[in-house]
Amino acid sequence: MTAPALPASLVENPRLDRWIAFQPDRTVRIATGKVEIGQGVVTAIGQIAADELDLPLDRVAVLSGSTTYGPDELYTTSSLSIMVSGGSVRLVCAEVRAKALERAALRLNCSPDDLTVADGQFLQNGQATGQDYWTVAGEIDLSQAVTGSVKPKPAASYKLVGQSVPRIDLPAKVSGAAYLHDVLPADVLHARTLRQPSRGATLAALDEAAIRRAAKGELQIVREANFVAFVSPVESVAEAAAAAAPQHVKWNNVRRIEPAAQEAAWLKGQPAEDRRLGAPEPATKPKRLVEITVSRPYVAHASMGPSCALAEFRDGNLSVRSHGQGMHPLRKNLSVALGLPIERITADHLHGPGCYGHNGADDAALDASLIAMKIPGRCIRLQWRREEEFGFEPVGPAMLVTLHVDLDERGRPADWTTEIWSATHVQRPGGGSGYLLATEALANPPPEVKPTDPPVERGGGGTRNAIPLYDVPAHRILHHLVQRPPVRTSALRGLGALPNVYAVESMMDELASRAGEDPVAYRLSILSEPRARKLIELVAQRSNWKARGPAGTGKGLGIGFARYKNSAAYAAVVASVTVSESVAVDRVWCVADAGLVVNPDGARNQLEGGIIQALSWTLKEQVKLDSEGIASRDWDSYPILRFSEVPDIHAELVDGAGNPSLGVGECSVGPTAAAVGNAVAYALGVRIHDMPLSRERIMAALLKV
Amino acid sequence: MDIAFKVNGEARQVGVPQTASLLEVLRNHLGLMGTRYGCGLEQCGCCMVLVDGEPAYACTREVGTVAGRNVTTIEGLGSQAKPHPLQQAFLDEQAGQCGYCLSGILISAKALLDRTPNPTRAEVVAALDKHLCRCGAHQRILRAVERAAVKLRNAPVGARRAT
Ligand code: FES
Ligand code: FES
Repeated sequence: MTAPALPASLVENPRLDRWIAFQPDRTVRIATGKVEIGQGVVTAIGQIAADELDLPLDRVAVLSGSTTYGPDELYTTSSLSIMVSGGSVRLVCAEVRAKALERAALRLNCSPDDLTVADGQFLQNGQATGQDYWTVAGEIDLSQAVTGSVKPKPAASYKLVGQSVPRIDLPAKVSGAAYLHDVLPADVLHARTLRQPSRGATLAALDEAAIRRAAKGELQIVREANFVAFVSPVESVAEAAAAAAPQHVKWNNVRRIEPAAQEAAWLKGQPAEDRRLGAPEPATKPKRLVEITVSRPYVAHASMGPSCALAEFRDGNLSVRSHGQGMHPLRKNLSVALGLPIERITADHLHGPGCYGHNGADDAALDASLIAMKIPGRCIRLQWRREEEFGFEPVGPAMLVTLHVDLDERGRPADWTTEIWSATHVQRPGGGSGYLLATEALANPPPEVKPTDPPVERGGGGTRNAIPLYDVPAHRILHHLVQRPPVRTSALRGLGALPNVYAVESMMDELASRAGEDPVAYRLSILSEPRARKLIELVAQRSNWKARGPAGTGKGLGIGFARYKNSAAYAAVVASVTVSESVAVDRVWCVADAGLVVNPDGARNQLEGGIIQALSWTLKEQVKLDSEGIASRDWDSYPILRFSEVPDIHAELVDGAGNPSLGVGECSVGPTAAAVGNAVAYALGVRIHDMPLSRERIMAALLKV
Repeated sequence: MDIAFKVNGEARQVGVPQTASLLEVLRNHLGLMGTRYGCGLEQCGCCMVLVDGEPAYACTREVGTVAGRNVTTIEGLGSQAKPHPLQQAFLDEQAGQCGYCLSGILISAKALLDRTPNPTRAEVVAALDKHLCRCGAHQRILRAVERAAVKLRNAPVGARRAT
């Protein structure tokens, strides 16, 4: 038997010792390049390793995001951690377990098959042999490359995988210091920045004396070209300097923005790179064309804690601590930005507030490093201010999606075109797609990158979930990749999935209503995927769909469904809403199929979190712009869903143990938005196409009824 | 002039200006990192502490105003080794994702349960509504507070006032 193809992470990091180390305290260190961002990955990776090695969970220490010891697995994105990193850890552990048993068998003069493992000890006929992982560890050459030739255990034998093991990182987080933000070395210097207002803006004048007066304390002002930072042993002094600085600076060449650019409608007609994907143009003219256009505005990651980083430059070496989503990429990007050889840089991940995509965390690491290089020998703690976090993190791009669907004589889609206008969803630093923010302020800023969209086979960006899972004979995508959005855009949980699923599922309801059919029945009539059908049937049952009552009463149920990226987890959602002047979501039912689930409670937690975040985006959120950039720079101008607005949520995973694990972190967002959109349309008798479904839009829609 | 007050039952003195924020004093002078910065604007609740039992935003609270008073932070509830019933309930419900919002929320929950040992769902929601959670852990958080309320009501009287 030839071994199956190795996961990408193992191809890139073949040495076993990048993944596993036996430690003297009778624990095993498992390293992963994926990092904890509140999704429970550290616990889940621990579960996988413990099962494969026959260890209890407390003998497994998971090290995540270390450039010194751990593998390079790029960024923690796209719900891939369990599939890719988990799959890699499983193969590595299976192989190392086999190697260890081989060594022990040699010592014991028996066959490896005679041995079993319990709590890391090797038993023969159930009796202790005196041998264990740690006695033979020295004889295993972990510098060898993984071969993938040892078959991992069958799923039926798992003891921890599939169990709702409590998160190992949570106890610290409810009792005190737990985050990068909480690390405060004794002689630390606090730093804040004055942000360049836009790419190309140049510093004309800075009244340092006035800033010093406002700071009221010991202050160092660090300047390099158009990068400015305030540094002080007292945090509030650095903070006061940064707060005062915008009144004491003059910039030239600040980019001006049209306020209309904050709306998705602005995208149409902007210079764009146009692509056509999928089926060729139909030969005949459409006969029964149905069109629908939906939109979503710019949306913020809006992490609860602002971006932060620690950096220290000592004896020519830079050590950085960050809560970014990938430490190896960060190290490479810092090396390029600072002109420092990569061997002189280490980057270590420490936990941070949830980020939900590419926010300011990486940028803060460069800010801290630039300052550290100017003040060698001191640890710099750089933190963004709240308004900086809102004002300068990359935001999720606005999207406009038009569906042109031609129907057959039975009212089923015969030909389907998804037309998308969006700025890029991928500007993560490195790899030619983006760079760290402060590089724009340095003497030789990198050239503007050409916007890109990931290939559809890899899940796409603006095109993510543009292709419906329903049976559609011919489908194509027209993608207009808008070249120059008013603000920096990048990855936000689900990328284009939310607006695209909103569009597809709105269309489904429209088509059902034209056909005079129930939306659930209509969907099932054009959906042959068995796993998908099962979820739709189940969520209809759970929500008592049959009893949903008449339309236009101000109350309604709506359904949404998608398989995330058409390759990760499936989710079907029903929302129950009450609409008066605004939308209240009363209940949400979600059923998902994520294949083999490593930690069911953790996965449910992800489903619930995705539902609430999607409700917040759908009902409330829009980044507001003024002529200089992002104007919504606090929680009053950027409100998110509150406790009093959160519905009752029933999230459930179907038993998918026979199937491989599918990423679950982002699967509920699109279907949730769609379910709410459809529920509101049913409750009102009129559809609202543009998100957020705000009070103004409801009032406007009611006038049309 | 030093400012003297009690933190988690212990007398503390700090030599900072009266106008320094309580948040900065707790974190940077007293090493109590569980009280977190989120916005500095009384908009998110990450920094919530108790001052004489009442929830207060530490980010905008001038330390001079707590002289002679009792301040309670998350560290005063319990520790990893000896969690307060509220902290335990949050672990039992796995109420949190990134967890950054949790210490402030736990503080408001503590104030609620001290005053209203048997709160309705609506009362829990009202007590927590000034707190934001971006991860969407709300449902679990509400359940956790209710679970803790039951546990605390059934606890012997002495154990109830564990601060
Ligand atoms: S930090 Fe005090 S309310 Fe946000
Ligand atoms: S758990 Fe992350 S903000 Fe609440």
